[in-house]
Amino acid sequence: MKTWPWGLRWLAVGGLAAGLGWPALLPADTVETLSVGYIGMQRDDDLEPLSVLDPVLDDEGLQGARLGINDNNATAQFLGQEFVLQEVEVAQGGDVGEALQALVDEGVEWIVSGLPAEALTEVMAHPARGDRAVFNARAPDDELRGEACHPDLYHTTPSRRMLADALAQFLAFKQWDRWVLVYGNTEEDRILAEVLRAAAERYGHRIVDDRMWPHDPMARRAEGGFHAIQREIPVFVQDLPEHDVLVIADETDYFGEYFPYQTWAPRPVVGTQGLVATAWHRAHESWGAVQLQRRFEELADRWMTPRDFGAWLAVRSLGEASARTGSVDRDTILDYMLGDEFELAGYLGLPVSYRTWNHQLRQPILVTGPRMVASVSPQEGYLHPRTPLDALGADEGESSCRF
Amino acid sequence: MSFLTRRGATRTVAQGLLGPVMGGLFLGGLALVPLTAQAERIFVSNEKDNTVSVIDGASLEVIETIRVGRRPRAMAFSSDGSELFVAVGDDESIDMIDLETLKVVRSQSSGEDPEVIRVDPNRPYVYVSNEDDNIVSVLDYERRSLVTEIPVGVEPEGLGISPDGRWLISTTETSNMAHIIDLEAMEAVHHRLVGARPRHVEFTHDGREAWVSAEIAGTVSVLDMQETFDIKHTIRFDVPGVPRETVQAVGVELTSDGRYAFVALGPSNRVAVIDQQSYEVLDYILVGQRVWHLALNADESRLYTTNGVSGDVTMIEIDGLRAVRSIPVGRFPWGVIVEP
Repeated sequence: MKTWPWGLRWLAVGGLAAGLGWPALLPADTVETLSVGYIGMQRDDDLEPLSVLDPVLDDEGLQGARLGINDNNATAQFLGQEFVLQEVEVAQGGDVGEALQALVDEGVEWIVSGLPAEALTEVMAHPARGDRAVFNARAPDDELRGEACHPDLYHTTPSRRMLADALAQFLAFKQWDRWVLVYGNTEEDRILAEVLRAAAERYGHRIVDDRMWPHDPMARRAEGGFHAIQREIPVFVQDLPEHDVLVIADETDYFGEYFPYQTWAPRPVVGTQGLVATAWHRAHESWGAVQLQRRFEELADRWMTPRDFGAWLAVRSLGEASARTGSVDRDTILDYMLGDEFELAGYLGLPVSYRTWNHQLRQPILVTGPRMVASVSPQEGYLHPRTPLDALGADEGESSCRF
Repeated sequence: MSFLTRRGATRTVAQGLLGPVMGGLFLGGLALVPLTAQAERIFVSNEKDNTVSVIDGASLEVIETIRVGRRPRAMAFSSDGSELFVAVGDDESIDMIDLETLKVVRSQSSGEDPEVIRVDPNRPYVYVSNEDDNIVSVLDYERRSLVTEIPVGVEPEGLGISPDGRWLISTTETSNMAHIIDLEAMEAVHHRLVGARPRHVEFTHDGREAWVSAEIAGTVSVLDMQETFDIKHTIRFDVPGVPRETVQAVGVELTSDGRYAFVALGPSNRVAVIDQQSYEVLDYILVGQRVWHLALNADESRLYTTNGVSGDVTMIEIDGLRAVRSIPVGRFPWGVIVEP
């Protein structure tokens, strides 16, 4: 996928595709349209997964939004509604405002963001947005749900803290409560390390030691790379105190994948590599997820990622709210989305819904190895007066979000 | 699912031999089962084991385990009662078990990922929901051929057939709709939005209502099948002390006398007892973990439940509405059906 030099590129205008294969069983007299815009950002060429087995994706998130539109239209066609999708991708360092303006000019009323936090913040502040609601389907930053929260911003992707809590609950179930934390030298990893410390404290774990992996990304394909890693990592961790698990914080995936089987002590590797907490994974097939996986693969010719899932959830939230209310009116939809009646089937065993205090979608979190799902959090036994799902992430009382 | 068994509801079972009334029967414990021993066999599909367990109604023990295709879920009896049909999703077919030999004697291709099946009361047809293809397939199990395919919404799942064979209702899990199919024309003629992730459809025995359960919404929508085909009532559940999200409505059974309805409430581990006339929830009965589907026996003295996570079947006595015993079966029991 190329990005045009002026940094803004229309990918396609779609949306009608889903219904067409269907018999026109109930032609409505007037069709009301919900126009959704997906705004993505070109992938940073420097950032590629460490394992050659992970595909390099240029349409992550976008394909989830497309599938959500198709799924919505399956119901909408019976209700006199129609979803359309407008798509735009911003180049690295490109003008986010220009892309937003282009969507708005096309009549977009709802925005799904596949942008990282900084660019998303720009969208929220941009005058072209007006008071359109934006769904954050990518950025995990807790700050966007806390101090920097916005009344028009909704989060379908889990926060770092939700993922960390989900993992911490599972490790508590295992009684693997002595952690060593190894984090990368990026700003994201420094933040994640903080979040992991908070999750450890909440669920009764002890971080017996921590250290930063100081190096830069290595050339994956170098001859003899195995030997270097095999010698280097045991040395890096050999003087650690007794621990149950080695917790890795490496969001950009530049070193964590080297750790499993290379540690000094025979201990599992968890965190961002090894056993991970994630919103979605190809190995997940329960609760009807196999159907979503298959529909996605038919559409996109690849596996669904957590970012695709976040975008799908955003579009499906609109579909569910507009179908139930029979309305395409913005306030009607948002009121319903935030109300007690709203329950969306997310193929995770429990219905998902929005937290009113920071607009975060509460959702079960998968705890999974590379090839098989190990568990799903919340774990049994962790109680909460409202719902066990609210034991993951910032709860109402501790949230610093004030709309 | 036990549609055909219910037609034998008038069948009498020797109940005169009532044993001493036993107080304090324990679930799964040493308790004696009352001596109204049932000469019936209960078939349970074990989704993860690729088997069907056969329970003897008298001893309440597994007497046979039948190997079937991969991922067995819904079951139905052939109209003449000689065979048991089992939808085996991962093999994309329906296995047919001879009820004398308890062996799979043939297998019919069913289209992709069959989950729920229903048998026509008048014709040798079996209806199959094909989740991945957004269709309901109609198969002739005597000629072993495909009759037609009926397009419905995304992810068809639940199927219910009216006692007279006039209507078939297909629920679609992603569209959240009940598609009402005219079986003479073989096409969907009405579409109704129901609760999120609709799972199962059961008609009342007089055919006047269809009860549609919704897993994610945790509700049952009662559809009027006489005139409007609209939802006339929505039943909600509130199980004390249980997180709301775990209350998920799945299997539904309705007694032929119009008195009770039973709804399996999934991971809340309860079966709801409902007054079929007033729609009032009368009671919640604690059973095994993740209760999924239900089956009344022929004389409607017992209700059997499949409990997926705990891997067992609970027998509930209708008289007194008590869970009497749980019987271990295979992994992830899904469907249950009782032979008269």
